[in-house]
Amino acid sequence: MSIFEINPSNARQWSRIGSRGVFGQAILAVAENHPELMVLSADLGNSSGLDRFKKTYPAQFLNIGIAEQNMIGVASGLAKEGYNVFATSFAPFITMRAAEQVRMNLGYMGMNVKAVAIGSGVSMAFLGNSHYGIEDAAIMRAIPNITVVCPADCSEIFKTVQAAAKFKGPMYIRLTGAVGNPPIYTEEYCFEIGKAIVLAEPAEVTFIATGSMVYESIEAAKLLEKSGVRAGVINMHTIKPLDVRALELALQASKLIVTVEEHSIIGGLGGAVAEYKTAKVNAPPQLILGLPDSFDVTGDYRYLLEKHGLISSKISERVLSVLRDSLVADSSTNSMVDEVL
Amino acid sequence: MEMAEIQDMAKTMRHKILEISHTCNLSAHLGGGLSMVDIMAVLYGRVLRYEPKNPRWRNRDRFILSKGHGVLGYYSALLASGVIDEATYKTFQTNESDLIAHPVMNLDLGIESSNGSLGQGLSMGIGIALAAKKKQCDFNVYVYMGDGECNEGSVWEAVMSAAQLGLDNLTAIVDYNKLQSDGDARQIIDFADLAGKFKSFGWDTREINGHEISQIVDAFESPRDHALPRVLVAHTIKGKGVSFMENNNEWHHNRLTKANYDLAIAELGLGVDGVRS
Repeated sequence: MSIFEINPSNARQWSRIGSRGVFGQAILAVAENHPELMVLSADLGNSSGLDRFKKTYPAQFLNIGIAEQNMIGVASGLAKEGYNVFATSFAPFITMRAAEQVRMNLGYMGMNVKAVAIGSGVSMAFLGNSHYGIEDAAIMRAIPNITVVCPADCSEIFKTVQAAAKFKGPMYIRLTGAVGNPPIYTEEYCFEIGKAIVLAEPAEVTFIATGSMVYESIEAAKLLEKSGVRAGVINMHTIKPLDVRALELALQASKLIVTVEEHSIIGGLGGAVAEYKTAKVNAPPQLILGLPDSFDVTGDYRYLLEKHGLISSKISERVLSVLRDSLVADSSTNSMVDEVL
Repeated sequence: MEMAEIQDMAKTMRHKILEISHTCNLSAHLGGGLSMVDIMAVLYGRVLRYEPKNPRWRNRDRFILSKGHGVLGYYSALLASGVIDEATYKTFQTNESDLIAHPVMNLDLGIESSNGSLGQGLSMGIGIALAAKKKQCDFNVYVYMGDGECNEGSVWEAVMSAAQLGLDNLTAIVDYNKLQSDGDARQIIDFADLAGKFKSFGWDTREINGHEISQIVDAFESPRDHALPRVLVAHTIKGKGVSFMENNNEWHHNRLTKANYDLAIAELGLGVDGVRS
């Protein structure tokens, strides 16, 4: 049995280690079969769970210094000569400090570099908004050619890193969640970049969630069930390209689409779904749940999720309230759409 | 290529630059293209290892035009060295052309990378040079930058990084023409002793006249003292070769009319049809 196998025991342990540590383990596992792998860090190797990697594969690790712009350029030069490069930093630094380097090298030239954001969303807690990944998916998604992936739990981080190492082309990997986030996947499962995973069949309400919010959506669906509302859940781990086939199933089955993400309500998964849906006649309305469009107060991770309504109980309450409003408004009007959008 | 041949190549390149700038009937970055010509002639005529008819050759030296607006100095060198043909060259700045005002990566045309956003080429050059070291390939990497470009902070991230990594297979050229888009560089960011700055960052630094072929050749070919990246800080004249363009920033980006084209060609000692008179 591999120590990298997805099983209940490993999943529990990974949950305790958290997304950063698991990323470090995953890249270590991948390095065994990928001699061309190079991992770059902008002086955040230890914070990114890479301490073991740099001890085990010192020739395949490079701390470029606190210089994200240079890191993306160097990563691209290495990729151009055949290396399989993972460049890592915190979300705002790799997506915004180096945004134009990402655009030119990964986007325009299509260099085979995986840009990895450690601790995106609000998991940086008391480190504050300077360190949060609020807008990163929106920015990366707007750059042509870049695949954007946001794994749902630690097992899926393993899956993503393995798939990314085989994937030829630029990618942005966005890690959300903190130490202790409960596992979703405790058994082996099929993961394919660009292919959403239906966790509960689309129903009256369908959650389309990504990253840490997949777990909260599953739990919210259970709560809704108790209130007599059937809810589906789709794990949209790949935000770009969007799996429109899976999305279509939800649009056909549901009276309400709820997108949930640990990202700004602007431009992330919610935006991507809305962009697709807007041309569809008779598509159901959409509730976009995510972080507010503001630099809000800081606090611990769970506090922030709760404050922004991104825990299962708040999510289900919000959905019930929208459904109630739509009943009051009756089916003869479109007020539900107005209310929701 | 011997010195006299390089000089001839430079003259041909200047002629082709003027010709295409006139016939494309659009503004082009003439000044910064012309300041590059002598160095580019040395590079493509003598220094760079490449196969004109096999531009994807694995062991070719890599050249990156980090000052992407200098394409006239680049495309004319690719033409003069036989990497691209006349028909391709003539597509400059036409719809859907591969040869636009900034390089677009196209290995079949000998163009290693897409540029145009300043301050990025040296970082990519470092990555390529590092890959060559790791894979024990013996090709060299050349990155051509502008002095105005060195206003970008990312350049200095890369300068520190190349020295740290001891990349003695990397050579940067700074085309120190002292004019940038808005005018006199000394009034904007005055580098003064630019060579001294590179030296203090740990580079093997050569300061040369970027229009003296023998000095350029010597700077590229002399051995390095230590395992350091090398920079040629090349003092150049923007618009070099055409008196009314030299040090005149109106020619940073401008359209070449028939009258001005004829004047310029006459100065190069060429007839209007480009034949030496």
